[in-house]
Amino acid sequence: MEIRYRGLMRGTIVAVSTFALAAMLSACGKKEDQSGAGGTASAIERVVKIGHAGPLTGPIAHLGKDNENGVKLALEEANAAGTVIGGEKIRFEMISEDDEANPQKGTVVAQKLVDAKVAGVIGHLNSGTTIPASKLYHDAGLPQVSPSATNVDYTNQGFKTAFRVMANDAQQGKVLGEYAVKKLGAKKIAVIDDRSAYGKGLADQFEMAAKAGGAQIITREFTDTTKTDFTAILTSIKGKQPDLLFYGGMDSQAGPMMKQIKNLGLKATYLAGDGVQTAQFLTLAGPEGETAYASSPGVPLDQMPGGKAFAEKYQKMFNQPIQLYAPYAYDAMNTMIAAMKKAGSVDPAKYLPELAGIEHQGVTGMIRFDQKGDIKGGSISLYQVKGSTWGYLETVGGG
Amino acid sequence: MDIFLQQVLNGLVLGSVYALVALGYTMVYGILGLINFAHGEVVMIGAMVALTVMNAMAGMGTALPPQIVLAAAVVTAIGVCMALSFSIERVAYRPLRRAPRLAPLITAIGVSILLQNLAMLIWGRQYHTFPRIVSATPHNIGGASITDLQIIIIAVCAAIMTGLLLLVHYTRLGRAMRATAENPTVAGLMGVNINRIISATFVIGAAMGAVAGVLVAANYSIAHYSMGFTLGLKAFTAAVLGGIGNLGGAMLGGLLLGLIESIGAGYVGDLTGGFLGSHYQDVFAFLVLVLVLVLRPTGLLGERVAERA
Repeated sequence: MEIRYRGLMRGTIVAVSTFALAAMLSACGKKEDQSGAGGTASAIERVVKIGHAGPLTGPIAHLGKDNENGVKLALEEANAAGTVIGGEKIRFEMISEDDEANPQKGTVVAQKLVDAKVAGVIGHLNSGTTIPASKLYHDAGLPQVSPSATNVDYTNQGFKTAFRVMANDAQQGKVLGEYAVKKLGAKKIAVIDDRSAYGKGLADQFEMAAKAGGAQIITREFTDTTKTDFTAILTSIKGKQPDLLFYGGMDSQAGPMMKQIKNLGLKATYLAGDGVQTAQFLTLAGPEGETAYASSPGVPLDQMPGGKAFAEKYQKMFNQPIQLYAPYAYDAMNTMIAAMKKAGSVDPAKYLPELAGIEHQGVTGMIRFDQKGDIKGGSISLYQVKGSTWGYLETVGGG
Repeated sequence: MDIFLQQVLNGLVLGSVYALVALGYTMVYGILGLINFAHGEVVMIGAMVALTVMNAMAGMGTALPPQIVLAAAVVTAIGVCMALSFSIERVAYRPLRRAPRLAPLITAIGVSILLQNLAMLIWGRQYHTFPRIVSATPHNIGGASITDLQIIIIAVCAAIMTGLLLLVHYTRLGRAMRATAENPTVAGLMGVNINRIISATFVIGAAMGAVAGVLVAANYSIAHYSMGFTLGLKAFTAAVLGGIGNLGGAMLGGLLLGLIESIGAGYVGDLTGGFLGSHYQDVFAFLVLVLVLVLRPTGLLGERVAERA
């Protein structure tokens, strides 16, 4: 070989082997990550993989991790209790994927889980990622239970594999709209949403309900899921002097938004949905968060049948308090396991009909699905920030 | 009318920060012809380091007044960012001085990704709350509200920019920087230590960036590992808008971009009759950039890049 090419050849070999080594190492690393409950399966046990998808990076990484923890807790308990399904001893393993709350990444992750031949999926967290991903799961016949996606479109697609364990935004928006008009007496309402499927969907439902109640929507402003500066739209809203400001979006942005509202001297009641009803909102908004209202599907943790005990278990295992949806993720996982036990099989085709007709007493309440996959008897609770903590106000619906 | 004034004030606050960060980009581009993509991440690191110092001091239970804590945090942040930028220049950019322009550009993007992920590993993925140091009671000026912090931001940025202009125009170092910016080879022949001047440029830019980072984090009370990216991008846009390589241009571009964003987001909905909502805020800002560059490619005040003989 000519001297000129020898370096190139050597360089290529070095590069290719480095790549190969790196690929092998990262693949090894990944596998260990997915082992979930540690240890290797013994010969008689059958390993069943459960998929979890949620945002593990980004503004709501704390919520995604919370869901993952809920599923992990359920699986650890199932493994510790020695689950037997269809005569076989089962060991569950979780494959947790990060969808970054990005709808495109969500479909990539969904395909990954389908290809990994998981027995079921708990996910995703955001409506924006859950809805496109549900098509992939439906095509693969893979049951999917979402612990937190509330947009109505998710169960309106006619997918027999789509379920959720909390009330949807049609209910939540309606309750919020009625509360705003009847209880808070708002006549001029300004609405902001973050243009995500969840935020937009909830804001639309809220608008419909508020208008039906006789209030006037004086303006509709938009932001996106990554911004932290809202001074421009808040200033514009301030000029229109609303009684109430409704935000359809998540806590990571509602927090700074509250601060900016107080800085601008915008005097309007602040109302938001379940994405804001978190501890993170209290941390981010600080003292400016006082008097903000928010709703959350279901009942407060201490009113849930298994709420207190679950909170203690969670704190013990993860050394931090529950963020928001962990009890729902926990219930979603246990409902799926219950369906598998009832059907005597972990095969999606076999346990899917059982899942549709299941009645499972979870920590959040009784889990039963209607024919669309929504939870039957879902309720919505309202909270207000008082003394730097979320104070429970009332519950609508349920039973 | 007071709403317009409010939007203008908001825009000035936003714009001052953009201007401060834009100066870092413009100085480096003027001398090296390199877009230092890592600068946005240096700003972020400044904010995160300041946050860590403030939390550490609060955790130690010292009864120091908050101003001292803030001062200590800012000084530490400046120190860390200066060292960081110096190292980046030495390790990543200096070896590529003679390389074709694409190599340092890709390297800069690489350094940016590296710093972002490093910050994610060190500080985690969640949004951190930046402690409140200055009181948040708003003052009323002609119907518009402005808080103490916002006044401080505008004042600090103005002071730093004035200081920089004085440095560049009335000191020996400044003269050497201007000479290097005009023609590095000839400046070297005239006895200017090019390497030291380039390092000084990076370091000064980083110090300003650190202050900007702390100001931004304090303004929104939020700091997180990806806050530098968009800020850096917008600041670079502002630098180009005003004329890349031109210090006055960076300042003007920054302020202008802040004002356009603020007024655009506030009024675009009304102007287009609800057709375009306020989420087109960024679209508005970049549209203005495109228009300016089409009509005046060298930016508003004209670009000043080194002549490469």
